[in-house]
Order: sequence, then structure tokens, then C-alpha cells
Amino acid sequence: MDAREKEIEKLKDYKYGFSTDIENTRAPKGLNEEVIKFISNIKKEPKWMLDWRLKAFERLKQLKEPNWQKPKYPKIDYQGLYYYSAPKSMDDKPKSLDELDPKLLETYKKLGIPLQEQARLNGIAVDAVFDSVSVATTFKGELNKKGIIFCSMSEAIREHPELVKKYLGSVIPLTDHYFATLNSAVFTDGSFVYIPEGVRCPMELSTYFRINATETGQFERTLIIADKGSYVSYLEGCTAPMRDENQLHAANVELIALDDAEIKYSTVQNWYPGDKDGVGGIYNFVTKRGLCKGKNSKISWTQVETGSAITWKYPSCILKGDNSVGEFYSIAITNNHQKADTGTKMIHLGKNTKSKIISKGISAGFADNTYRGLVDIARNADNARNFTQCDSLLMGNKCGAHTVPYIKNKNSSSNIEHEATTSKISEEQLFYCNQRGLNQEEAVSLIVNGFCKEVLQQLPMEFAVEAQKLVGISLEGSVG
Amino acid sequence: MLQIKDLKAKIDNKEILKGLNLEIKPGEVHAIMGPNGSGKSTLSNVLSGKKGYTVSGDVTYFNENLLELEIEERAHKGIFLAFQYPLEIPGVNTNIFLKTSLNAVKKANGEKELDAIEFLKLVKKKASELKFDENILSRQLNVGFSGGEKKKNEILQMSILNPKLSILDETDSGLDIDALKIVSDGVNASRSKESSFLIITHYQRLLEYIKPDFVHVLINGQIVKSGGSELALELENKGYESLS
Repeated sequence: MDAREKEIEKLKDYKYGFSTDIENTRAPKGLNEEVIKFISNIKKEPKWMLDWRLKAFERLKQLKEPNWQKPKYPKIDYQGLYYYSAPKSMDDKPKSLDELDPKLLETYKKLGIPLQEQARLNGIAVDAVFDSVSVATTFKGELNKKGIIFCSMSEAIREHPELVKKYLGSVIPLTDHYFATLNSAVFTDGSFVYIPEGVRCPMELSTYFRINATETGQFERTLIIADKGSYVSYLEGCTAPMRDENQLHAANVELIALDDAEIKYSTVQNWYPGDKDGVGGIYNFVTKRGLCKGKNSKISWTQVETGSAITWKYPSCILKGDNSVGEFYSIAITNNHQKADTGTKMIHLGKNTKSKIISKGISAGFADNTYRGLVDIARNADNARNFTQCDSLLMGNKCGAHTVPYIKNKNSSSNIEHEATTSKISEEQLFYCNQRGLNQEEAVSLIVNGFCKEVLQQLPMEFAVEAQKLVGISLEGSVG
Repeated sequence: MLQIKDLKAKIDNKEILKGLNLEIKPGEVHAIMGPNGSGKSTLSNVLSGKKGYTVSGDVTYFNENLLELEIEERAHKGIFLAFQYPLEIPGVNTNIFLKTSLNAVKKANGEKELDAIEFLKLVKKKASELKFDENILSRQLNVGFSGGEKKKNEILQMSILNPKLSILDETDSGLDIDALKIVSDGVNASRSKESSFLIITHYQRLLEYIKPDFVHVLINGQIVKSGGSELALELENKGYESLS
């Protein structure tokens, strides 16, 4: 076996499946007012924040869990979960990376994110979120010079309350829906980004989410504000240990782009998908929404979803500013017993707004993959345009692919296009690749990467290579 | 290098090859001619290892039992099949495919893999030798290619992989006379003391450009007659009927 084969062999099993043995501070089990107060208190939050959380909690009591989605799941016992878990060493927050618990540094190193080297080598600023808290943010100083704020959500609440108060919940309101409201009540940490007027963020900003503790939900909250004429590219990566329980991940992500600003948000989601028989894995029930608030603004979502037992999310754009642009590029890969119900919503409110949706769904094994998307053109959205392309690729004959596009059009000057295809990897294609010296797995990886090309091209360089490998690995053993 | 003894192949319980014998030595060019349904394509599929056939008999390739090897192992050991209908792979750039393929073969043989720059140099040289339009290389593999472009692309791959045994499965079908000439030039340029060819064709036309050392007539799963290149001409005049 040569080095590359060894590497692949190693990756065959979920390579992020290890857990870190670390002492935790936890909130008492269960969901109630006391727990919310505990979270708010431990984070030293001002009263307005606690009031906001409690308001969300009140609202939550009136809401019902939705169940219109295709993948069904057993009832979640919300009282059986821990809503806050943090490494004990974080009780007195370390001032620099050097003060960080070596075990945490080790964990991130194993995950391929050496925080210390990261700072120097890659030129990517990283915020690392471990269970419920942000443990380290790199490159802060350099960003500060440009007036860019990149910090944990908890810090933003304390240090930049005017921005948080103004924008938190402005895209995903407190009352939105069950999981979003749950998040508003109990969210723990996440990243906060503010790019000042006219500033082009000089590096990729990145957050790395890690669920470690058992019986713990992860509820992070991310808020990104791009002020007039600014630009930022933000990356998000996720992993979790292998556990035979299902763990809930219900994050909220809000993006706001003011006049002429652009936000590019990329996700490579590789939460633990469960084992071959579908035991365990993460429930990835995430609300992501961007508001193109100003004219000529642009928000672009790119997602590569390969992990999780169930992925249920619709990163969306509200195109409020005239001439604003929304984009959604997605690869959703489901293998074994994984399920995905994902897509986007493009809400056209302003004039001359444009949206583009490119979705690539791949199903293998016993998996089930649904694209669900909404294109909504409001009465005043003159000359709105949408282009949607949904392609599904099936491997084997026990998996499923579904496309559910909703189109609401209230303006006759709009232009909406929808294209969809479903295809299979043919035996003949595999034979052709094998005859040229590629083994079965290399052949599948090549064909699938070709299928996903339009989306992979959207990722920043450093992520594209990772994602390509991940695409191949996620499908290993699914053919032949 | 290749000895085929009493080769039989069945698919869906139907016997297609019924005891075929053939020997190819290094540097030789063999042509197999035969009517539709005589088993020509089955022979190329069985030699390259395509699944779905029940095979018996002996096939020895460089002192190894060829029938025990996987498809890609045969490719690594120098067997190349130019497909009658090359497959389309959307989204995969032709250059990338060629590089992946070449490096897979190199790796299997313990040779150093080529980096992007070395590869581009090689592929440009080969493409110009074969008078290929380089633009083909940056297009998606075989997607939207004309019949002629697909076949030329097969010959380009062959010349880059530099195989020991090239099997050309009706490469001439669907080619106009100019494309036929380019393809034949490509094959002729690849001829050497080490590389052998098995050319499967319906028509004598191709053999005017690629002069074979031996011509075999395949009818109903068996080779019924072998001879020199003059046999092709004889067939062209008399048809297969005279032999069956």
C-alpha cells in the first residue's frame, strides 16, 4: 500500500469520529427558564439579552415542531438534552492561544486545523467553536486594524451591543419557527462578523464547529454584517465524534448585506452521519438566511453537505434591495441511511433582483435526497429573474431522489427558468474509466466530481480541494 | 506476449465465442475481420475484462493468466481498448481525465507521476503529432464530440498511455476519409517492436492505411481462416459467405 492508499484507507471510516476526554461545565439537563438564565449568566450577558432569550422561550411554548419534511425522525426528548457544555478550562477565558488547554489544541490539530500554525501559514482567520463555546479566534489583531470585527458571539454581545441589538433577529425573527426560536432561547456561541463600510476583508474568515460532549445539543448563532460597499468570504466547517445517539444541531445564521456589499458564505458540513445501518448521527436542522438589504448587494451561499443522519435546511436570500443578487450552490451527498431535505428560498422583493440556484443531489445506498426550493416574486419586484437547475445522481437502485420546486410569481415582468435532470452512473462509464487504469473508487470519485463541478468551482481554493476529497470518500463502498 | 487458447465466452447463456485460438507476438499487428454478430466486440470486451461474461479457456499475457486480472490491472499492465462508442463523462475535463488515467497507470507501475506542467507538455506534443485540435482537451470528456472527435480522442489516449497491446474495436466505423487517415497515422506512429495491435474491423478500407501482419476471419465465434494482408483483399472481393 502506498501513502495515498493508506491515506484513503484511514479516511474510509469517519476520521473525525474520535472524542476528546475533557472536563466539562454543563448546564443542568433539560429546557426551562432556569437553564436559560444559567446560560445567560455564565456568559455574563446584559439583561436585554436575557430578556430576549426569555421572550423566545415564551414563544417556543406556543410553537409546534414542524413535520412536513420528507425525512421523519423519532421524537426528540428536549428535556433529556444538555443545552450548555463547555470545557472547564474555559471558565476563565484564556487571553491568547498559548493559554489554551493543550487538549483542545490537540483536538483541533487532529481535525486538521492547527490553530497556532493556522494563524501563520494559511492566512485564514479561524474561530473555533467547541461544543457551546468559542475557544479561539485567530488573526484578530490584523483584522482590527481594518476595523473588521471577527469574534465570538458572546464577546460581541458584551463588546458591541449596539450592532448586536440592531441586527440580531432582524433576518430570522424570534417568532420564526420551532427550531429557530429554540435557538434564540438557548443559543450558546458562534461567530460574529462586521465589515465596515468600503472594506474588502483581506482574508477568508472561517469558523470550525465541533460537537464533542455527549447528550448535548449544539445551538450556535452566527451573525455577519457587511456594511456599504464591503466584501467578505466566510467558511464554515463541522465535525462530531461517532456516537450511537442522535445529536441535535440547530443553528441560526443571519447575514445582512447593505448597499453594494457582498457576502460569500461557504459550508462544508461533515457532521457524523451515523453508521452503515443508520444508528446515530447528527440531526442537522439549521436555519440560514441572508438579507440583501441594500441596493446592488449580493449574497451567495455555497454548501457541500456530506455528513449528518438528517440534513434539513434551506439557506435563503431575501432580495430586498433593488438590483440585489442571491445565489445558492449546493451539493448534498447521502449514502447508507442518510437523509437530506435541503434547498433554498429566493424571495424577490426589490426591482431587477436576480437569483440563481444550482443544486446537485447524490444518493447512494439506502439514502433519500430531496431538493425543495421556493422562488417567490413579489408584486413590486419588476424584472426579477431566476434560474434554477436541479440535478440528481443515483447510485444503485435502493436510494431515492426527489425535486420539489415551488414557484410563486405575482409580477408578470419576471423571468423564471427551471431545469432538472436525474441520471445514474452507468456500468459502461465505470468500465471506460477502469479500462483507463482507474479503480472503482477512483472512477466513482471522478464521475461524481464532474457532476458537482459547477458547485465545487464556487468554493474558495483551500476548501475546494478538501471538498473534492470528501465527495469521493463519502461515496466509498457505494458501488460494486 | 498474448496466447489465446480455446477461448469461450457466454453472455445471458448464449455462447458467443466458441473456442478461439490466437497468438500475438511483440510488435505484430493483427486484424480481425468478420460479419456482424460473429463475436468481434465480445473478444475485445473479454480481453479487457468487462464484467458480465462467463469465460473459459486460457489467455496468457506475458506469462500471466490474464483472465484472473481486474479491468484496471490489465490496463496497468499495458492493455488498451479503443472503444467503439467512447463514453461521455459530463463535467470532467478531457485533460484531467487523461492525466488521472496516465498517473494511475504510472503509479501502478511504480513510476513517477507527472505533475500538471509535465503532463501538459506531453499532451501538447502528442496532440500536435496527431494533428489534433488542442481545444478538444479543455472540453468535457466526449460530451458533444462528433463521432470523429471521439475516435481521435481514443487514439490520443492510446498514444499517451503507450500500451503494449492496443485493441481497436471498430475504430474506423463512422469516420470520414480524413479522420480515418489521421487515426491511421496515429496508430502507425505508435507501432514499434514492443507494441502490438489487435484491430477489429468490418472493412478492408482501414487496412489500406494500417498494414497488418496477419488477418484473421472470425465467423460464429471461431477463427475460420488466417493469412497475410492479402486475405483482407480477398474478403473484400468474395465476401464472408465464401468462408462460412
